[in-house]
Amino acid sequence: MSILVDRSTRLLVQGFTGNEGTFHSERCIEYGANIVAGVTPGKGGTTHLDRPVFDSVAEAIEATQANAGMIFVPPAFAADAILEAADAGLQTVACITEGIPVLDMVRVSRFLEGTATRLIGPNCPGVISPGEKCKAGIMPGNIHLPGNVGVVSRSGTLTYEAVAQLTERGIGQSTCVGIGGDPIVGSTFVDILALFEQDPETEAVVMIGEIGGTKEQEAADYIKASMSKPVVCFIAGGSAPPGRRMGHAGAIITGVSGTAEAKVAALRAAGAIIVESPAGIGDAMAEVLKG
Amino acid sequence: MKVHEYQAKELFRKYGVPVPEGAVAASPKEAADHVRAMGGRAVIKAQVHAGGRGKAGGVKVVSSPEEGEKYAAGLIGSRLVTHQTGPEGVPVDRVLVEELIDIARELYVSVIVEPSLRMPVMIASAAGGMDIEEVAAKTPEKIVQIAIDPVIGFQPYMGRKAARGLGLPQELVRPAGALFANLFRLFEGLDCTLAEVNPLAITADNRLLAADAKLAFDDDALRRHPELAELRDDRQEDPLDVEANRADVNYIRLDGEVGCMVNGAGLAMATLDLIGQMGSQPANFLDVGGGASEEQISRAFTIMLADPKVKKVLINIFGGILRCDVAARGIVAGAREKGIDLPLVVRMRGTNAEEGRRILAESGLRVVIADNLQDAAQKVVQAV
Repeated sequence: MSILVDRSTRLLVQGFTGNEGTFHSERCIEYGANIVAGVTPGKGGTTHLDRPVFDSVAEAIEATQANAGMIFVPPAFAADAILEAADAGLQTVACITEGIPVLDMVRVSRFLEGTATRLIGPNCPGVISPGEKCKAGIMPGNIHLPGNVGVVSRSGTLTYEAVAQLTERGIGQSTCVGIGGDPIVGSTFVDILALFEQDPETEAVVMIGEIGGTKEQEAADYIKASMSKPVVCFIAGGSAPPGRRMGHAGAIITGVSGTAEAKVAALRAAGAIIVESPAGIGDAMAEVLKG
Repeated sequence: MKVHEYQAKELFRKYGVPVPEGAVAASPKEAADHVRAMGGRAVIKAQVHAGGRGKAGGVKVVSSPEEGEKYAAGLIGSRLVTHQTGPEGVPVDRVLVEELIDIARELYVSVIVEPSLRMPVMIASAAGGMDIEEVAAKTPEKIVQIAIDPVIGFQPYMGRKAARGLGLPQELVRPAGALFANLFRLFEGLDCTLAEVNPLAITADNRLLAADAKLAFDDDALRRHPELAELRDDRQEDPLDVEANRADVNYIRLDGEVGCMVNGAGLAMATLDLIGQMGSQPANFLDVGGGASEEQISRAFTIMLADPKVKKVLINIFGGILRCDVAARGIVAGAREKGIDLPLVVRMRGTNAEEGRRILAESGLRVVIADNLQDAAQKVVQAV
């Protein structure tokens, strides 16, 4: 078992024929993901990587029963691609694209409220369920190991770091989800924690937050009220100066609630296990699983 | 992207947010002419991308063109140091000369995007002229927040609600509503991340005027507003930041001695945290991103080394899309260009890590290979 994507996932790729879309789709297919279709407006009727290409998401779904999507469309057109995916009824959509304007995401996230679509990202590495051999994202597949720990993070490479630490200690993952580093993302920590809580195969969760915003505090409230499984947390950016944007648009400290200190305090009070060093995530989880 | 007050006020005018009469001057002579045109009395304000100008001596009321010229001569060409700039300050190339206004009350209004609500929020406060974070902490009851749902946009009732929240007299409710609506129209129309009026003045003759103006634009949306590009003033930024921006990497100068180059913002922040925990201090944040080219890595590396505080270097690359061998070649090219003799602690993992380590080991540079994150931090802290 896993969350969001599994063996039955029929994946569709928007921006399939572009450089990034091609490169990462190939890696996903190698990993075992079932990519059934690509969408590039104007290239419908052709094939790419031995998969049919369609002009629209709706046509692709009709022909291939695709039920999840991955988006590699350039930032100027990515909001439109998400809206099209939601309108056509895809259940889960991972938007990898970085650099979507914030006000585009304001409108997109409002539109998604009335649909059945769950958006992951944007500006994220995507989702992988190692035991289900399904990778809908840009993470290196070979660092993952099938198992029972869920991973959720705002970051890309820091997630890989955490996963590698788990795998080195023989601790496998049920699903790893990068929710993205932008101020407005489709799914929050709370959304993903709730899915892990319901997933019978997930025994414990690694959550990697960072400075800026209040998403970690919302996660702390959820953990306290509803989470029965242990959550190991690391918050990046404790040493960052206030007011500076540290790469991620969301990672800027603008008020007291955005500091690593405030987030750590809230999570600790909620019963989460706090890891002070980013090098200690694997050991902390090993300790938790030992009981 | 930030802009100067005079540029923000020009945009305010265009969008119907009332501002005082004013003109920008790039020379003392020009400033004197503006003061004369305004009847011999005016306020002169240094134009820099930083707050706290008043306390730093960057704002003054002058009573004659001569006094204006003298004051402007002291400012233009100097560097202004405020509590927001750091000790080196920022250059003053222009001053804004404005009519004197008789302020009866100072208010505050701004628009931002609030991530937890996923929509823009207008923040209005009766405590103008103060830092809004301070007001929020000390007297939160003085703040009105109005979420602006993108489905309906800014509606007249929102303007009335903000005006009532500020305790405005009846005759100002309508003009205030129009001002707020126009401020939001500007925020949305130009993809701002911040549109702030502090203070919003009520004059003695009962008019509303934006006495100060601050705008910041969403960098990711600049491509659809080409007209904003000419408002950029790179001289207000750290030159290394500007160069990094051109190389399309994220660089922020810090105070320590360990130069850090990492791929990915989260991993970069975590690496800085770890260096701090091990008892040393990072000299910079540098995220070369997910798919940097050899050329980009090389430029990023030279930018990092241009900071004289850097005494040693930690390279932490978790190869995914970015291949470690590509990173290694970029680093070697950058190091050769700079001709450095600093210890380089290298941690590489993921795609082509072995090849990357080999390239660095054979480069003749002072390379120390680390096995993992912990080991890398330990080795760089100990390196001399």
